[in-house]
Amino acid sequence: MTDTAMTTEAIKQEERQSKIRANLKARHAAEKRFRSYGLVAIGAALLALSTLFFTIISNGASALFQTEVRMTIQLDSTLDPETMRAGDYQILIKKSLRDMFPDVARRDRKDLYAVVSNGAWYELLNHVQANPDLVGQTIEIWLPAADDVDMLMKGYIDRELPESDRRVNDQQIAWIDALVANDAIEKKFNTRLFTSGDSREPELAGFAGAAVGSFYTLLVTLALSFPIGVAAAVYLEEFAPKNKWTDLIEVNINNLAAVPSIVFGLLGLALFLNWFGLPRSAPLVGGMVLTLMTLPTIIIASRASLKSVPPSIREAALGMGASRLQVVGHHVLPLALPGMLTGTIIGMAQALGETAPLLMIGMVAFIADIPGGPTDPATVMPVQIYLWADSPERAFVERTSAAIMALLAFLIAMNLSAVLLRKRFERRW
Amino acid sequence: MAAVEQVVQSEPGTGRVKMRGDNVRVYYGEKQALFDVNLDIYEREVTALIGPSGCGKSTFLRCLNRMNDVVEICRVEGSITMDGQDIYAKDVDPVHLRAQVGMVFQKPNPFPKSIYDNVAYGPRIHGLVSSKSQLDDLVEESLRKASIWEEVKDRLDAPGTGLSGGQQQRLCIARAIAVKPEVILMDEPCSALDPIATAKIEDLIHELRENYTIVIVTHSMQQAARVSQKTAFFHLGNLVEVGDTEKIFTNPEDERTQGYITGRFG
Repeated sequence: MTDTAMTTEAIKQEERQSKIRANLKARHAAEKRFRSYGLVAIGAALLALSTLFFTIISNGASALFQTEVRMTIQLDSTLDPETMRAGDYQILIKKSLRDMFPDVARRDRKDLYAVVSNGAWYELLNHVQANPDLVGQTIEIWLPAADDVDMLMKGYIDRELPESDRRVNDQQIAWIDALVANDAIEKKFNTRLFTSGDSREPELAGFAGAAVGSFYTLLVTLALSFPIGVAAAVYLEEFAPKNKWTDLIEVNINNLAAVPSIVFGLLGLALFLNWFGLPRSAPLVGGMVLTLMTLPTIIIASRASLKSVPPSIREAALGMGASRLQVVGHHVLPLALPGMLTGTIIGMAQALGETAPLLMIGMVAFIADIPGGPTDPATVMPVQIYLWADSPERAFVERTSAAIMALLAFLIAMNLSAVLLRKRFERRW
Repeated sequence: MAAVEQVVQSEPGTGRVKMRGDNVRVYYGEKQALFDVNLDIYEREVTALIGPSGCGKSTFLRCLNRMNDVVEICRVEGSITMDGQDIYAKDVDPVHLRAQVGMVFQKPNPFPKSIYDNVAYGPRIHGLVSSKSQLDDLVEESLRKASIWEEVKDRLDAPGTGLSGGQQQRLCIARAIAVKPEVILMDEPCSALDPIATAKIEDLIHELRENYTIVIVTHSMQQAARVSQKTAFFHLGNLVEVGDTEKIFTNPEDERTQGYITGRFG
C-alpha cells in the first residue's frame, strides 16, 4: 500500500519535473529571442551611425585640400603697397598668367585668368603688406586656383563629358595639364577652411567666422542658462513648498522642453529684437534665444541630480543645526554639481546644433568677417552648413561635409567631456 | 538578567527633568501618528524608546529637535519643553535648537568629506571657535569622547565615508558632540551595525551619559535594558508605559508591555 503510494508520488514528481523542463526550454528560447532583438536594434543604430560618418567623411575629406597655383609675380619698385588697389594686384596676377602662357590669344585670356581664384589678389595683397620689403623683387607665391579647377584636379569634373556640358573648357584643361607637368599646380592643405570667414568663392570660404560666432553664442547661453537653471532647480527642489503652483510650474517646464525651437526664435524676434531693440544677427541675441531653449533641459537635469542626493546627507546637516541654505550650499549642491554640469553640457550641445531659432533673428545673413565680439553680426556652425548646402557650386558640397565634420567633432568632444565629468565626480553611497 | 544588574549598578542622574512632552499629538496629513504623549526626559540619564515598528517612537524622537519641521505634511500639537522653555514657541529658531539637541541617525551618515571636516562642521557653522588650533583641539576632544580618536588620529584627512560602519557611527557621534549639545537623540544607532560595533557604541553611550542627556530609539530590548535608566514603551502611537528600565523589564504594569518584552508580539 505505502509502496504504491510512494511510486505514484514519484511518478507525480517526475511529471512535475518534466513540465518544468519543458517550460524551461521555452523560457530560455524567449530570452535568446529577446537578446537577438537587442543585438539587431544596436546593429541598426550602429549601421545608421557608420553610414552617416562614412558619407560625411568621404564627401568632406577632400575639402581639407585645396588646389593652388605657383605664380611668379614681379613687384615693380614703383609700387607702393599702401596705395595699391585691388585692381593693381589683379593686373599683376593676370600679367603673371600671361607670362606663363605667352601664346594665348587675346580673346581666350578671360578663360586663362579664370584658372586662378577671383579672390587670389587678396592673398597677394596681404602677403605684400605683411612684407613691404618684397617690393622691387620678383616673388614666387602659391595662390588658390578657381573652384572649378580645384574640382577638376580632385576628379569631380568628368573630362569625358562634351565641352559644352563641362564647367572647364578644353583649353583650360590643356593649361592645367601644362601646369601639372611643370609642378606649378598642386593640392595643398586647406588652411583657409579653418581660418577664413565665409566667402562667395568656395576656394576662399572657411568656417572660422561661424565657429567664432558659435563660440560667442554658446558663451552667452552658458553664462545665462547655467546660473538661472541651477537657481531655479535648487529653489524648486529644496525650498519651494510642494503645492498646486509648483506642480503647475513643473508641468510647464516639461512642456517648455518640448516646444519646437522655431517658436523660441519667433519669441526672440518679437521680444529681443523688436521690443528691446537689440542688434540683429548678433551672438548676444542668439545666446539669449538659445537660453530660452536650453533652460528647461538644464532645470530638469539639475532637479534630477538634486533628487539623487541621498536624504540622509540633508538630515545629517539639518541635525547638526545647519540652516536650509547651508544644507544646500555645503552639502547638496557640491554633490549634485557633476550631474548638473552633465545636464548643462548636453543642453549646450543641443544649443550648438540648433539652427531654426537663429534663422528668425537674422543669424542666417552672409557674413564674411570673423566676429570680434558678441554684438558683432555673426552666423553659427549649423547655419553655415545650411548656407553652404544651399549654394550651387560643386565645391561647396565638400565644404558642407567638412563643416559638418567639424561640428560633429565639437559635439562629440562636448558629450565625451560630459561622460568623463560624470565618471570623475560620481559618488556612491 | 545580566543587563538589568548593570542598570542597577549605574548611578542615577541628577533627577531633574530636562525635556518634557505634554499631550504631544503628531499628524502626518490626515493620519494621526502620536496620541497625547506625556513623557519626561531626565537630565544625564538615558531614556530608551521601545516598541514595535510604526509605533511612533521615532516620530516622538524627531519632535524633540524639530526634525519633523522639514516634513511638510507633519503637524505637531501639544507642547514640548526643554528646561521649561517651549521649543515650538515662535521665537525659538529650530537651527539654534538643533545645536542644543544633537542627533545621531539610524544609518551612519558622515558627510562625504574628511574625518576632520566632519567633526569640525558643527563648530564652524555655529561659529564656536575662533582659531585653527582651538578647532584642532575641539576635533580631537570630540573624537576622543566618541572613542574613535585612536583609530583615526593618523588619517584625519581621509574621507569619513571610507570608515567601517561602526567607526562611521562613532564619527557621527563625535560630530554631534562637537557642538556640545545638552541632549543627544539617537535613532536606532546600532541597527546597521554588527554586535562588536554595537557593543562599542553602547559603552560609549554609558560614558556620554555623564555629561549628556540621551534619548535612544531602539528595536532591541536587550539594548534598551543594557543602556538605559528609563524606558518608554510605545504602541500604535500611544505611550503605553514609562518608568525605570529595571521595573519595565521585570515588572511591567501593562499587559501590552509585558507581551512585547516577553516576545509575544513585536
